[in-house]
Amino acid sequence: MFRPTPRASGYFRTTYAADAALVQTRTEKIFLLLFLIALAVLPFAAGPFILDLACQFLLASIGALSLMLLTGYAGQISLGHAGLIAAGAFTTGILARETGAPFWVTLPASALTGIVLGFLFGLPSLRLRGLYLAVSTLALHFIVVYLGGEYETKRGFSTGIVIEPPSFGGIALRDGRAWYFVLLAAAAACLLVCVNLLRSRSGRAWLAIHARETVAEALGIGIARYKLLAFVISSAMTSVAGCLFAYYRGFVSIEAFDLFLSIQYVAMIIIGGMGSLLGAILGAAFVVVFPYLIENAIRLLPNAQRLAGDIFAVNYAAFGVVMILFLLFEPLGLVGIWRRIQNYFLLWPFKQRPLAGGRT
Amino acid sequence: MQLVVNILVLASIYALIACGYVLIYRVSRVLNLAHGELMMLGAYLVLATASLFDQHPALALAAAVFLSLVSGGLVYVFLMRKMTGEMVLAAILTTVALGIFIKGMVVLIWSAQQQYPAQALGVSNPSLSIGVASISLWSAALVGVTASTYASLFVFLRFGRWGMRMRAAGQNPLLAAQRGINLHGIYALAWCLSTLTGACAGILMALDSGFTVNMPVIGLKAFPAALVGGLDSLGGALLGALIVASAEVLLIYYVDPLLSDVVPFLVLIAMLIVRPWGLFGTREELDRV
Repeated sequence: MFRPTPRASGYFRTTYAADAALVQTRTEKIFLLLFLIALAVLPFAAGPFILDLACQFLLASIGALSLMLLTGYAGQISLGHAGLIAAGAFTTGILARETGAPFWVTLPASALTGIVLGFLFGLPSLRLRGLYLAVSTLALHFIVVYLGGEYETKRGFSTGIVIEPPSFGGIALRDGRAWYFVLLAAAAACLLVCVNLLRSRSGRAWLAIHARETVAEALGIGIARYKLLAFVISSAMTSVAGCLFAYYRGFVSIEAFDLFLSIQYVAMIIIGGMGSLLGAILGAAFVVVFPYLIENAIRLLPNAQRLAGDIFAVNYAAFGVVMILFLLFEPLGLVGIWRRIQNYFLLWPFKQRPLAGGRT
Repeated sequence: MQLVVNILVLASIYALIACGYVLIYRVSRVLNLAHGELMMLGAYLVLATASLFDQHPALALAAAVFLSLVSGGLVYVFLMRKMTGEMVLAAILTTVALGIFIKGMVVLIWSAQQQYPAQALGVSNPSLSIGVASISLWSAALVGVTASTYASLFVFLRFGRWGMRMRAAGQNPLLAAQRGINLHGIYALAWCLSTLTGACAGILMALDSGFTVNMPVIGLKAFPAALVGGLDSLGGALLGALIVASAEVLLIYYVDPLLSDVVPFLVLIAMLIVRPWGLFGTREELDRV
């Protein structure tokens, strides 16, 4: 998305500043501006339903971006993402409930919890790889969820913790539109952090570790350090997403953070496309919108009444099918489809890049 | 005394489920995270066959077991066959997706409420007493089934022609294929057997105390048993199940009943820290993943 690549038309950069710029050509600038205007106008044009959907998408995209950083770039598999979101949400919930801590205390506290947990989640990765790492993160997810449930029952909040909306300078954040802009800012900040991390030293180190650990080590990259760094950064961002989630919902309950949520986040980066930030965002959008699409599709069916009670089950089944279809037939995800379309127009009227001689 | 019986029953549940993980992992290096769901599918199949053969509980049970064997084969042929030789992560995630799919379909067909296949079959579940302890009939049956399953799997893998092929395919797929072993056939067989044992566990547990759609959690809790023993070792799974079950029962009894869901995973993490390849697993595994 923001990766500076030489253009097919032969746009070459002549200064270092141009080389480092995130937005390079005038066309890109115009499109970015249009996109920003569209984002700014959206909450005023859309109804409350769309607004809620947009907020959910922004929250999900923070989680998906951080998981993409960890899995798609650093190559460390995590099946415990929901556990980290739960940790962030519960830190916020507990602090807000027990001490009445304001927003600007709970947010850093959540991030801190994320850092600590990320370190713990990351420790097994120093010894384990692939499947075993996935399993250890899965186990940690269950432990975090257990601790949250334990807190709920011991303190008598067995139905969940209610949180007051955060306030900025005495103004409580209740309005959907205000939330939209807060979440948009958070997601944009998260995206910028990811983009800049990935094109800096740590991002390149992660890519090297992902590609081949032994070679990365031979190149002088501290494997342990960068693996832990990936876990820590990813978990911190995820926990912040959890904190925002808790405030947005105004309610924290451990039921919301089951294994299915972890699977949904993994599905986001699979469906979106591994190893691409754009993929994480597309995947988040897909997974958030998907249940509503299914719901509407079911309404169109003739015997809609019968299925209406089992809408949750239909969602489950359809979600499984979509995930399987992507894994089997489009392993590159939505980004793969997008790149194919892009290439089609870039190369038109040809079907493939010329093998040699052509300037790429 | 009752504690010992409880540990024994829980250990047999975990062992019977864990051998499904071990079979598939040993042969094809795929971790089947849909195992819990496939196990639940077996229990639901009993409900289906119970209404079909309503006067013959034995026939209904046999039909359900057979159907789950077939469904394991179908899963391989239509889904996992395409994932053979793919990245480990992709294969695992495919099984995860399969699990979600099965869960959704099962709720759609049978609804999400608690089910009692024992009532549907019209069989009772009397409590037997051994000395001072008591055990329900179906739990006793479960212990028996686990013992016989493990015995027959040992014999099959050790002396059976197909069992030998399965071991060969697990040790070195390329060499095995070159010696004329049909890898797809072997993998399909592993999936069939794994689903069969899982379904047996699911059916017996469902007969004992009914079940809901949350049953797959038990399947997931049995996974630490497989890993503690070593993911590619059947004997290890047996011992692992015993360790995990004793830890769980004792901690629930002496510390806190809420711990039930988390103990197996604590054991799992402890094992991963100390000896990731398990008690009897092969050490080289770790680098090959």
